[in-house]
This record gives sequence, structure tokens and C-alpha cells, in this order.
Amino acid sequence: MSNIIEAHGVSKSYGGVKANTDISLTVKKGGITGLIGPNGSGKTTMFNSIVGYHPIDEGSIKFEGQEISKMLVPEIARLGLLRTFQQTRIYSQMNCVENMLISMPHRKMSLMDAFRRNTKADTDKAEHLLEFVGLYEKRYLQAGSLSFGQQKLLEFAMALMNEPTVLLLDEPTAGINPTLINGLIDRLKRANTEFGITLFIIEHNMRVIMNMADHIYCLAHGQMLAEGTPAEIQDDQRVIDAYLGAH
Amino acid sequence: MSKNWILYIALLAITVAAPFLFPSYTAFLATLWLFIVVAQAWDMTGGQMGYNSLGNIFFYGTGMYAGAVFAIGLYYNVGEWTDASRSEIFSFTAGQYYTGMVVGIIGAGLFCGLCALIIGPLFFGLRGPYFAIGTLGLAIAAGEIVSNIEWLGGGQGISMPHSPLHPDFEKVLIYFLFAGLGVVLFIFCKWFYSTRFGAAINAIRDDEEKAEAMGIHTLRYKTITWAISAVFVGAAGAVSAFQLIHFEPLETAYQTINLGIFMVVCVLLGGKGTLWGPVIGAILFHVFKEVTWNYFLGGQWVALGLLIVIIVVFFQDGLMGYLKHRRPEWFGIKVESKDKEAAA
Repeated sequence: MSNIIEAHGVSKSYGGVKANTDISLTVKKGGITGLIGPNGSGKTTMFNSIVGYHPIDEGSIKFEGQEISKMLVPEIARLGLLRTFQQTRIYSQMNCVENMLISMPHRKMSLMDAFRRNTKADTDKAEHLLEFVGLYEKRYLQAGSLSFGQQKLLEFAMALMNEPTVLLLDEPTAGINPTLINGLIDRLKRANTEFGITLFIIEHNMRVIMNMADHIYCLAHGQMLAEGTPAEIQDDQRVIDAYLGAH
Repeated sequence: MSKNWILYIALLAITVAAPFLFPSYTAFLATLWLFIVVAQAWDMTGGQMGYNSLGNIFFYGTGMYAGAVFAIGLYYNVGEWTDASRSEIFSFTAGQYYTGMVVGIIGAGLFCGLCALIIGPLFFGLRGPYFAIGTLGLAIAAGEIVSNIEWLGGGQGISMPHSPLHPDFEKVLIYFLFAGLGVVLFIFCKWFYSTRFGAAINAIRDDEEKAEAMGIHTLRYKTITWAISAVFVGAAGAVSAFQLIHFEPLETAYQTINLGIFMVVCVLLGGKGTLWGPVIGAILFHVFKEVTWNYFLGGQWVALGLLIVIIVVFFQDGLMGYLKHRRPEWFGIKVESKDKEAAA
């Protein structure tokens, strides 16, 4: 498998706080890569660096071999590198179907296409994906009135609607009812296998990430602490110490 | 669906018949249509896209001047025309007048659209209240600059060519120009909001950062929307120029505190981000304004201020927003399961 994202020596500090120091990581095409670490270890900062939310201080980030560390958020998104948010971001005043239809891949659209209405096929696809995440019955409700967990599912469905090449998920299971988590793991795996979307996931729930990822990176205090397969990470004493506060 | 068509045809019939049924109200109705046009155009950016511009009056004033310059410039030198020592050598035949009118209105619309395309990328870097204040500054500055351009008549303003029509017929013509713009804009908006483009500007309103993260061309969509809105406001400004015969820059063309605020109040009253909100709001506001300006003179600004306070405190979503909140099923907001659908 080839590398689709290659970050090399990425550093980012906010004033005096070093959020990321010399981080290098790779995401393999077609796989599921995990990113773990205690709170405040710089995971979301790393995500934000990749998708272009803030300029990085040092290092390089490549997507499909192209340098993206100097590009703007919408430009990177249009390359097919998409992210979901830790605090969900959905269009609260619209219903679920409208949320889905807005998430149509605009990068594949010309200006004239934008002046067309959505076709039956688009609506069918939206409803199919809503069914996929289990929100079909609520599709005409205002998205803002959904529970936090349902909003996360909606955001995930919107990301799938956008047909990304790589999807960066920031804590997809946070705030989701434990009984629903198994269903979500299953859907994430299916998104990976059926839709062929490469996943890069930040997750706190160890059971979830150990179940899904084929390669895991662990951050602590803004630095790369360990990397390896789930089994290697689970047995790594440094990772256990970091989570229990030895650092 | 057929019910809706009957409603639309009935409204269109009323629109066409109104100046003949109520001839003494023709000017009143013409102004009502002006309000509907500027309110609906304002709602394109303010309501549907979430960018509250306080400077859309810039396009109205610019449209007035552009309309005048195009109409006069077709046949005479504008600088000589606006020269204070103007004499009777400038005469317009009926043909010249109407040609000037058509060219002026269309030209003003296109010119204002072009202005929006040029200034859009500068102003859309501003968000929220900064955009509102920035655009307000644009309108105020434009008024001051224009009042210092002697070529455009300076602070004295500019006079339009005289209409060959009897004033009563001229009023009806102006009415139909405004009404035509209003109807075209309404039909345009009804279509526009149903396209992917319309959905994209709604997305920008609800969460611009998310829209960017989803790869939507936010700046492109914002600028084009503002430009389309500017085309209609500019054309309405040009019609106003022909209606008023003479206008000056600060109080008439770039009338920030009058029409510039009225258009926002109309939309707030009717309901932001809805197709009918600006129309209903414009009707309510225009009636309110006529009543207070005629029977409550001296206190009209107090009454207007009171109205704004009441809307902002108690009626933030306007009439349509209130209805949507009380009767969500009218707007198709409901739980619908697959089983029910199969059963039905």
C-alpha cells in the first residue's frame, strides 16, 4: 500500500505552547490509521495542520505526493481530503436531507452545474446514506434538533456524501450511546471497505480504535510517543504510562 | 401544486389591475414594489447567505447615477448636461427618452453587478458585524465622493430628461417597471433557492467554516450572489431616478438612514431567509410607514425606532419565522418513517 498522507517533521506552537514538535507520520492508502494520546497531546492540532486550518511552523505535509502545508482549507478539501469535527458541525437550520445535498462534492462541479437542481439520483443517494447511518426516519427534521450523537452520525453521512479520498475523523464515537458504538464501528469499517475511503481517526475509546485501525500513532505532550500495530501499542509501557499520567 | 398556481396567477392579476383600480394610489404602490425589490434583494445576502449588509443602498444610489449617465450620455455630454448654467438646448425626443430609459435601467443593473464583483472579494473577508459596518462605510463614503464629482452634478445632484408622457401615465409606467422588476426577482429567487447554488449559500449562512471544510467555493458563491442582488437593486435605483426626475447624492441616492435601513426592517419584519418574508414584510412596513408618516408626523422616527425594538426583542424571526416555529408541519418538518410511507 502506498502512502497517501506523508507528514514530515511538523511543528506548531501557539505562542509559548508547543502543540506539536517534530511529528512525522504516514497514512496508508486504503487503510485505517489511528491517532491516540491523552487530552491535550496535540492530536486535533495535527489534524488542523493537515487540513490547513493554521499555518505550520516547520515541516512538510504531502497529500498524494503534493505539498499541501501552504494551501487553504477549501483548496485542500477540494483535493478530496475531508475532516469531521470534534464538536459536530452541521447546518442546524436545515433538515437532514438538505444537509446531505449541500455536501455534494462541489469540487466535481462546474459553475453551471451549481445552477442546476439536485436530481432524483442525488436525493436517492442522500436518503440511502441516511439509512446507512440510521437517520432515515428523521430525515425531514431540522438537523439542529437532533441529539449530539445523531448529529455526529449525520456529519459522518455528510462526509460520505462528499465522496472523499481520505476522511479525517475527530473522535467519531465521543458522545454516542455505547450501544450504538458497535454499529458505528461496523459502518466506519464498511465505509473503508465498500466505499474505498482511507480513514485517519482520532479516538479516545481504546476498544474502538484497537478494533478498527491497522496502524496506530500515539502522541503525548505534542511529541510522537509510539507507533505500531494495535497489539504493539497495547503492550507499549510508554503508552500505558502516558495515559495513566506518568509523564 | 395547482392551488399554488391559482394563487400566483391571482396575485399577478391583482398586480396588473392595481394601478387601474386604484389610480390615486399608483405612486404608493410603485414605492411598495420598490420596497419589495430591495427587501428581496437584501434577503439574498442577508437572509439566505447570512451576510447582513447595511450598504446595499450603495447599489441603489450607484444605480440611480449609472442610469442617469447611461440615459443622458447616449445623446449628450454628461458634463455639459450637469453644468449649472444648463439651458434649453438639451431636448429629448420620445424615442430618445425610452431608449435612454431601457439602456439606463439595464446598464445600471449590469454596472452595479460589476461593482459587486469587484468589491465583493474585498468585503467578504469581513464577517458578522464587521461586514455590516464595512458595507455601511462603503455607502456613506460613496455618497460623499459622488457629491464632490462636478461631472455628476456634485451636491446639487442631477436632473433626468423630461418624460414625453402625461404625468398620470408616467406614474403607471414607473409602477410597471418596479412591479416587473419585483416579479422577475421573485421568480428568479424561487428558482435560485431551489438550485445547488442556493443550498450552498444557505450552507455559508449556517456554518461557513464547515462549508469551506466541505470544499464549497465560498468566496465565489458569495460574490456572485451579492452581484445578482446588486443587479436588481441597481436597476431599481435607475427606475427611481426616472421616477424622481431630479435627485441629489446624500438624501436621495445614497440615503443610508432611509431606504438603506428600511430594506433591512422589511426583511426582519417578514422573516429572514424565506421567499415570502421580504414581500410580506415590505407590505406591512410600507403601510406602517405611510400611516405614521401621514398621521403621526413628527413622531414617525420614534415609531420606526419602536417598531425595530419590538421586532428585535420579541419577533427575531419575523412573521414567517414565527409561523415556522408555531406550525412546523406547514413547512414540511416532520418525522416520517419508511413503514408509514409504504402503508400510504
